[in-house]
Amino acid sequence: MRTKRIVRDTIYHIFVVAFGLMMIYPVIWMILGSFKMKSEILGANAPFLPSVWVTENYPNGWKGAGSYSFATFFKNSAIISVLATLGTVISATMVSYALARVKFFGRKFWFTCMIMTMLLPGQVLMIPQYIIWNKLHAVNTFVPLILPKFLGVPFFIYMMMQFIKGLPRELDEAAMIDGCSKYSIFSKIILPLLGPSIITTIVIQFYWTWDDYMGPLLYLGKPRLYTVSYAIKNFADVQGTNFGPMFAMSTLSLIPVFLLFLFFNRYLMDGVTAGSVKG
Amino acid sequence: MDKEQMTFSQKFRKFIYNENTVGYVFAAPFILGFCLLTLIPMGLSLYYSFCNYKIAGVPEWVGLANFKNLLNDGTFRNSILVTLQYVAIGVPLKLVFALLIAMLLTKPTKLQGLYRAVYYIPSLIGGSVAVALVWKQLFGSRGPIVSMIKAMGSNNFNFFGSTTWAFVPLVLCNAWQFGSSMLIFASGLKQIPKDYYEAAEIDGANVIKRFFHITLPSLSPIILFNLLMQLISGFMTFTQAQIITQGGPNYATNYVSLFIFTEGFSYQHMGYACAASWIILLIMAAVTGIIFKTSKAWVFYAADE
Repeated sequence: MRTKRIVRDTIYHIFVVAFGLMMIYPVIWMILGSFKMKSEILGANAPFLPSVWVTENYPNGWKGAGSYSFATFFKNSAIISVLATLGTVISATMVSYALARVKFFGRKFWFTCMIMTMLLPGQVLMIPQYIIWNKLHAVNTFVPLILPKFLGVPFFIYMMMQFIKGLPRELDEAAMIDGCSKYSIFSKIILPLLGPSIITTIVIQFYWTWDDYMGPLLYLGKPRLYTVSYAIKNFADVQGTNFGPMFAMSTLSLIPVFLLFLFFNRYLMDGVTAGSVKG
Repeated sequence: MDKEQMTFSQKFRKFIYNENTVGYVFAAPFILGFCLLTLIPMGLSLYYSFCNYKIAGVPEWVGLANFKNLLNDGTFRNSILVTLQYVAIGVPLKLVFALLIAMLLTKPTKLQGLYRAVYYIPSLIGGSVAVALVWKQLFGSRGPIVSMIKAMGSNNFNFFGSTTWAFVPLVLCNAWQFGSSMLIFASGLKQIPKDYYEAAEIDGANVIKRFFHITLPSLSPIILFNLLMQLISGFMTFTQAQIITQGGPNYATNYVSLFIFTEGFSYQHMGYACAASWIILLIMAAVTGIIFKTSKAWVFYAADE
């Protein structure tokens, strides 16, 4: 009996590991490709491991294609992602508190609007939003990519509402009796308890903004404004068949996302399931 | 004088601590954002859909002309068809995959957390430009996947040169990002009471019977949730198609969001593109509506809780 179970468990682990490796094969292929010579990346006889590990792809790629290096693009991505994430956290904590804990006139109506906005695909509003930003002379600035996040991102508002609903109402009531106003209940009771939900929001929103392609494609037309994700697309177009540097920059562009995942994957996974399943 | 001051400040205090005021103060960012970034753009989009409009010009009212032209536009009809094909194949594939992996990873072992994390990696990075660029080479005519297929005997095989096969790498790239659906399924699986399975086992139900009679019905609300979420994002797929195939070859992967983008920004047919957005929104609403209506027949909610 016991040996049978050990055999079955071993087979299970081998299968899960093997399949898992297959799943991340494209990532491994990319990372290995960034250390290969040009001739070994593609083609029928391309080896799995580089025969000689070369590192030139990294400095070659870092220089970029035009007059701006990837230092500029990383800086732009960092500015946009940090500010957009900050905006998301501020607006989501505020709005979720209002919708989950304050009984104000029209709450149901605004909640419905929020859910509808969440389900509405952004591409449908792509053109009118562009026209508005263009009228405001905000095209070719970071504003269209940052400001909207300060005005509430429905997905995160909804996620935090679910989290706040899980906090015992007795806390609010006790604070009320002690003379706390609705404002101090937010700052002294709810906000400190929102920690895990805030971390989830930071992780998910940071990597969404970092990876965003459509936003920069629409609003950042000048090379000095490019984000990393938009820059590597253009870089790849210019490089043609010289794939090494492109693989190197692709690998670099994923590192911040990986680091966040490494440190906070617990929070990220909780966030993904929050709201979809009760309990 | 002093008394009046008091009453004013009292009134002000009363106003500021009123539930309605508090609610609107805290909800203000969303209300502002909703009006400026959703409501007004939607209104504008509706108006422009009845106009000829270029970004530098003045909107010129043309009535229903945009909609009539769209219905006769072969490119538009094609983009709707290929999008439906992409959704009809890609979404079920992704959900089946997500469910199977979620079930595989329910086995309680010390490594469960690590396994879930590794299987989540594709979802973490799959939407990025970096992966799209790598995917393009991975499935390209000189990439390892095609080399493998060629080694098996199909000499002239090529994904991106063929109108029949070009969508396959895109569907696979989407299915590969099964992570969030997997996690949602996994948390649903955890909530199915163990005694259901034990009772069924005593009654002699085998693994397959248990799956179809216990697992699937218990998960049906979650399946519905995942299905709707994936449908909406599938309909609007953009980044991968834009980078990997550019909608080609011969419009075979020219999905609706690419159509809107090209018409609106490359050709400057902003009114036409807005009209297209509305037609697509209606189609999406119809599809999700139908699924929602039929869900009453196949979604089972627990009697209490």
